[in-house]
Amino acid sequence: MKDTLAVARGVSWRVLHMFFTNPAFLLPSLAFPLFFFTAFVGGLSRISQVPGFDFPTGYTAFQFVFVLLQSAAFAGVFTGFGIARDFESGFMRRLMLAAPNRSGILLGYLFSALVRWLTVASVVTVVALLAQMNIGGNGVDLIGLYTLALLLNLAGALWAAGVAMRLRTQQAAPVMQMPVFLLLFFAPVYVPLGLLKGWIHGVASVNPITPLLEAGRGFISGEPELALAAFAIGFGLALGFGVWAVRGLRSAEAAG
Amino acid sequence: MNIALLQTAALGHRAVVRTARQPANVVFPLVFPMLLLAVNSGGLQSATRLPGFPTDSFLAFALAVPFVQGALLATINANVEFARDIQTGFLNRLALTPVRGIVLLLGQLGGLMTIAVIQAVFYLVVGYAFGVRLASGVGGAFMLLLLEIVIALGFAALGSWAALRTGSTEAVQGLFPVFFVFLFLSSMNMPRNLIQADWFRWVATVNPVSYLVEAVRSLVIEGWNWEALALGFAAAGALSVIGFVLSAHALYRRLERT
Repeated sequence: MKDTLAVARGVSWRVLHMFFTNPAFLLPSLAFPLFFFTAFVGGLSRISQVPGFDFPTGYTAFQFVFVLLQSAAFAGVFTGFGIARDFESGFMRRLMLAAPNRSGILLGYLFSALVRWLTVASVVTVVALLAQMNIGGNGVDLIGLYTLALLLNLAGALWAAGVAMRLRTQQAAPVMQMPVFLLLFFAPVYVPLGLLKGWIHGVASVNPITPLLEAGRGFISGEPELALAAFAIGFGLALGFGVWAVRGLRSAEAAG
Repeated sequence: MNIALLQTAALGHRAVVRTARQPANVVFPLVFPMLLLAVNSGGLQSATRLPGFPTDSFLAFALAVPFVQGALLATINANVEFARDIQTGFLNRLALTPVRGIVLLLGQLGGLMTIAVIQAVFYLVVGYAFGVRLASGVGGAFMLLLLEIVIALGFAALGSWAALRTGSTEAVQGLFPVFFVFLFLSSMNMPRNLIQADWFRWVATVNPVSYLVEAVRSLVIEGWNWEALALGFAAAGALSVIGFVLSAHALYRRLERT
């Protein structure tokens, strides 16, 4: 256990050092969620006047939840890009030779994904508050919202780590990114599920991200709904992709 | 003159073939804008119930976006390859041949415009298959392709400038998010008169990408709106001229260095 933690600490320090000292890594991670938040809240706020749109705390809060969850998932995916880069550069091979317990490598990447997301989430939250976002939920509701996002961050990082450890090339980036992008955007991003019509309603209804999004919006408006289902899905995704990532690590070990 | 044309055609052909040989560079610019179109047209269909929304089909409204986005993606991909030519020294070797500098640039830009037109035809066919009919008719389709050529030229020229100026594939790839910001801060998802936030409406109004999107959109949902077309061609033309002048300058600087 001590070895695992030591490896995890070393790996996460290295990733976070690169993240915080290299603008090429830090800026896109911060800019994309802010940019989506700005574009959606600024450009689409009129949508809240569509008949049937009755979200109590306004369109800014409605979109904030989506952007928060999106930033969590993508902080995980971006960590997967870093793992793929480490494989291509040969660093991972040296790391695996040096690490007394290789599970610590995975743990280190997961911890760094969490810190990356917390950094981004802090900035996005401050910007949303400056944009006069209304919050109807209490402290417990907000903890629920951020815990859901944390679970999605974990699931995203484990998914991307599993892909990176199997394919071991940066060309795998679309494989990590595209399914996450599709899952996120085939949820009720712009309007509540009830206002979606046609095929998108069918897809959103079975999309596992939809309950997370709806629960998150329930938390921020102070009217929690689907909370149990959302946490069950969040834990399920993290657990499932946990197995996927560990098996990916074993696959990378076997490949030498 | 004939030799210059032949050289331009050869270099343009090379740019097209090189892109076609890399499936990722072909598939991504075709599929990604269609995915975004599917997401937005499905998710924002209810926006058509807003008073004053110009059409009852958000798919028709949003079909303009892939034309601009596709031109952007294709030219970024192709200019990454152009930057690779610089990194690998191919451009230096070309400079030793009798090929004139301006021909190098025209060939590269011509190739990129060809790719953009092929994509535009694909988007038109997909839109037609899903029930979108151009309000401007068959003539509008040809006008749309012409507009796409000028839009692609604008993005291609700016991308070529970045490639020539930096000689770095990473720098050209770095342009992608910058262009995307312009796309998202435009009237791509909402008519400008319906944008509620004053600051966003102002940004969309000064953003030239809004006029590109609106010109394409006018052909799809309005018919022949000459004002929108004139503004679209003017914006695309201005981007093209600025990009071309910058690229030509950067090319001569780069050839001087070699």
